[in-house]
Amino acid sequence: MFEASQINRRNLAWQKVFRFMLGAMTASLILPVALILGTLVIKGTPVISFDFLFTSPTNGMTEGGIFPALLGTILLVLVALLASVPLGVAAAIYLSEYAPNNWFTRTINLAIINLAGVPSIVHALAGLGAFVLFFRFGTSILAASLTLAVMALPVVIVATRESLQSVPLAFREACWNMGATRWQTIRRIVLPNAVTGILTGVILEVSRVAGETAPIMFTGAVFFLPFLPSSVFDQTMALSLHLFVVSTQVPNMPEAVPYGVALVLIGLVLLMNSASIALRMYLRGKKKW
Amino acid sequence: MVTTYSGNGRSESTGDESGRYRVKLGVENLSIHYGSATALENVSLDIRENEIFGIIGPANAGKSSFLKAINRMDMFNPEMKVDGRIKFNGKDISRIRNVYSLRRRIGVVFPLPVGLPLSVYDNVALAPRLGGQKDRTELDVIVERCLRRAALWDEVKDRLNSLGSLLSGGQQQRLTIARALSQDPELLMLDEFSIAVDPVTTMRIEDVLKELKNEITIILVTNLVQQARRLADRTAFFLEGKCLDVGITEDLFTGEVSDQRTRDYVEGRFG
Repeated sequence: MFEASQINRRNLAWQKVFRFMLGAMTASLILPVALILGTLVIKGTPVISFDFLFTSPTNGMTEGGIFPALLGTILLVLVALLASVPLGVAAAIYLSEYAPNNWFTRTINLAIINLAGVPSIVHALAGLGAFVLFFRFGTSILAASLTLAVMALPVVIVATRESLQSVPLAFREACWNMGATRWQTIRRIVLPNAVTGILTGVILEVSRVAGETAPIMFTGAVFFLPFLPSSVFDQTMALSLHLFVVSTQVPNMPEAVPYGVALVLIGLVLLMNSASIALRMYLRGKKKW
Repeated sequence: MVTTYSGNGRSESTGDESGRYRVKLGVENLSIHYGSATALENVSLDIRENEIFGIIGPANAGKSSFLKAINRMDMFNPEMKVDGRIKFNGKDISRIRNVYSLRRRIGVVFPLPVGLPLSVYDNVALAPRLGGQKDRTELDVIVERCLRRAALWDEVKDRLNSLGSLLSGGQQQRLTIARALSQDPELLMLDEFSIAVDPVTTMRIEDVLKELKNEITIILVTNLVQQARRLADRTAFFLEGKCLDVGITEDLFTGEVSDQRTRDYVEGRFG
């Protein structure tokens, strides 16, 4: 009584075909990632040393280390996070929890989507006009970071809004029924349960911001600097720009150096991400429903 | 405020009524609309202090909307429009500016238990904390008292710090009741609380309600006709947004009704 009928067999055959196809496509995705990481590790590892990480470049950048660029990228990312996370999270809370569904809200949502679609070179020019010239920050870490922050805002807003929306409405209603204000509900119930999603947004932002080259080229990052930045109003070197420079602009560059710089850049992003991933896992272990 | 105003002007059967009672909640010509859809139409009734007031009726009768209107939840739903008057302790609730203090006096229990993603302790301590209570010993007392009154204390006293949402369905519903009680409400509204609860737990909660009646007023929305009969002093029958009957519960079951459909419903002929 359990023999497969004609139609059962056909369904099973298709099921096998699709399972294989989907699996193969997934596997093919891993290929470029493995290729990139593999190449970088193999070709870049030999140049990585304490001196490479913690000294300044010398001799037309063909020798010495990349410390100013490493420090510069860390500073750029941190200042960009400081500027964009509070703003983005606040905007997302408003849009998710307070905003009435009217033309104004819809316009803001549309603006956010459009902002996400603006090419980074346009952000660079806008940042040059706004932060460097209009606000008179000059080409500086501050101007570059703010440009990056504007660019990353949609990522933070969208990720935060999604994670706020994923907290069940029933929780909010239970709270409101107890006489809680919207803000009390947000602070005590909604936000603690949305934190993991918000951190996901931050992780995405770090990854995006750390690697950007165009937006910082005109606004704060420079080719070479003989000293380290002492405030956010100084210019800085940055890993992404440094990678571009050592790959294309400097003659007689030892072949391994660009690989080493790229490896450090990726490693830095992973390191920064792993901090927030660890925090996220810790919080996720604590809160559950 | 002592009044003998009788709800919709219809003479209610007298039975065991002394004729003098305090009206906890006076509802006059209440209508509720969601956009163009009507959820409740022209309902007038009185709910008296220290009674269990049952509301029975099939789905879409407007029972839950009725509760939402009492708690001013229309504030959170721009679609929901409430007309008519609801008086809580004689005060028109649409004129209360501090609706949060109104909601704090009204405890609500939902059909499906909503264990907030907090510890058992924090679930019950939430309402007092929202009200500004910070003192730990004070909170301890409130939490224990409310969990005891909700017949849950013995089962959770050893794991007050574990997540409330990990309790079983029946326990979560009693946790919800404990949470509602932690507001020290004058009025407790239960919306089909037994839907996700096993019969034994249901009986335990019903016993709790009978005791609570001495201190507070209870509105019991239920689609279990027999539950209304077991618990409610007076009962209203809602159908398709209209209140067809209000009266002493027993009268509804013995046939003293003003609408034939009420009798059909309580006798199980539809619904």
